Amino acid sequence: MSDSPPIRTVVGALLRKELRVELRTFESIPAMTLFSVTTYVLFHFGLQQNQVGGSLASGVLWVTLLFAAVLGINRLFVADAEQGGFDGFLLSPADRGALLLAKGAALFLYLTVVEVISVPAFALLLLEPSLGAAMPGLLAVLALVNLGVAAIGTLVGALAVRTRSRDLLGPLLSLPLLVPVVIGAALSTTPLFSAPARAMPLHWLVILALYDLVFAVIAFALFDYLLED
Amino acid sequence: MYGKRLRGLALTTAALLTLTLLAVFFWAPNDRTEGFLQKIFYVHVPMAIITLSGFIAGGVLAIQHLRTGESRWDLRSYVAIHISLVFGVGVLVTGSIWAKAAWGHWWVWSEPTLVSFLLVMLLYATYQPLRFAIEDPERQARAASVFAIVAGVFVPICFTIVRLSTAYVHPRTLDNISGNLPGRMQLVFWMAIGSVFLLWLLLWRYEMASKHTSAQLRRLRQLLSEDDEALPPLRRSAAPTVEHAGIAGR
Amino acid sequence: MPELPFHTAGPYVAAAYIVFVALILLYVAIMAGKLSRIERELGELTELAAARRSGRDDVRSEEE
Repeated sequence: MSDSPPIRTVVGALLRKELRVELRTFESIPAMTLFSVTTYVLFHFGLQQNQVGGSLASGVLWVTLLFAAVLGINRLFVADAEQGGFDGFLLSPADRGALLLAKGAALFLYLTVVEVISVPAFALLLLEPSLGAAMPGLLAVLALVNLGVAAIGTLVGALAVRTRSRDLLGPLLSLPLLVPVVIGAALSTTPLFSAPARAMPLHWLVILALYDLVFAVIAFALFDYLLED
Repeated sequence: MYGKRLRGLALTTAALLTLTLLAVFFWAPNDRTEGFLQKIFYVHVPMAIITLSGFIAGGVLAIQHLRTGESRWDLRSYVAIHISLVFGVGVLVTGSIWAKAAWGHWWVWSEPTLVSFLLVMLLYATYQPLRFAIEDPERQARAASVFAIVAGVFVPICFTIVRLSTAYVHPRTLDNISGNLPGRMQLVFWMAIGSVFLLWLLLWRYEMASKHTSAQLRRLRQLLSEDDEALPPLRRSAAPTVEHAGIAGR
Repeated sequence: MPELPFHTAGPYVAAAYIVFVALILLYVAIMAGKLSRIERELGELTELAAARRSGRDDVRSEEE
């Protein structure tokens, strides 16, 4: 369609709509944040540890964030599916991929906001070494993890939303696909959370980035087929 | 028609499989370090390789389905993944037996092939529930194809990443990839791969023929029934129904 | 890694190959079930066709 608006404009408009809805209804972000903090408390009791460091700290942090992310993935397309947003979008001349980019960007932003609260909470409740020592590296890992979750989560969300058991299928589909993200994140941050903090293995950042790239491209290529009806 | 070359394929598979088994137990030498236990390698590793190839093939067939929109590609993809799932269970069980014999535990995290397989199987285990959860057959087929492609890409990447991560935590232990094998063992290994591949192909064609026959029977029933005789409604199914593919499957 | 003597390793190797065979036989069993269902359905459809044909013959002989 030669007269369709440039994809940047469409993505911007869709993203603004997503954020406006989220600000009005507060469906995802508070729940994800609260869930993660509660999970830290659970880990305290489950592991019977007052403080964790090294690989244990990595494990608790990434697994918690992963499950919080899965909550967000579940909610991502629900409103559209239930209230006809899909049909409205399909009738417009916009590029289908714009919806993927907008939803992915929204999920990325939600995760970032959640982490702004959740990671300091983790440091307060459970982390033994200081958060500052882990800092620049941790931010890089968080960014790459969010990217991976956004790419895979948007695709899986779109896949699962029009099934009968979407709440179950969302996690079932996304968790195995996100295991490599956890592997990369955990191996990167374990040295950062050790006392004394060691250097972060850069090659795992590269692997993580490549993983994100591959699945972002695939998600973009396949998304159209999920919207057709 | 899928049943046509089935008998020849079955006979060839049986012959090669028998020959391979004979070679494994009577011709291949015993491994110097692992001894007789190493024989499991000839059944476990070829099954693993063929299973993974089958999953990837399912993804490739799914690409064809999305490109052409013809449901017979979806059926081929479904059956490929189905057969590979069955083989995959065999890989996990034989791998576990090997781990128990070699290390005393039924499961070891230090073996990257086993760990990757567990991950891949956990992913593909969701294939059938996903299909079953979507009622409209065309949407079901399309969603399944998207999944098959994503999962097919995931397989090699997952293997690479797990292998890289394991190297840092534990040294590699059980695997004997063909590159390290001396002459006779290497030949027997390739025979084993050939046999398992033919077996996979045989079971694939077998299941395709069966599904195809059921679909034709259904069509026949449709053609024969009087106007007032109600066709029993299709139960909700995870399998593609080939209703839209027409009669001539191949 | 020390070599396991034959009588210890033997059962494990046997178990692994038995699993392989069992999987194949399980598959055969499942396919046998499907085949018998197909056979039954084909029988029903043949009866249906025969009934239809005799119905048509009756109508034709009535018209004559």
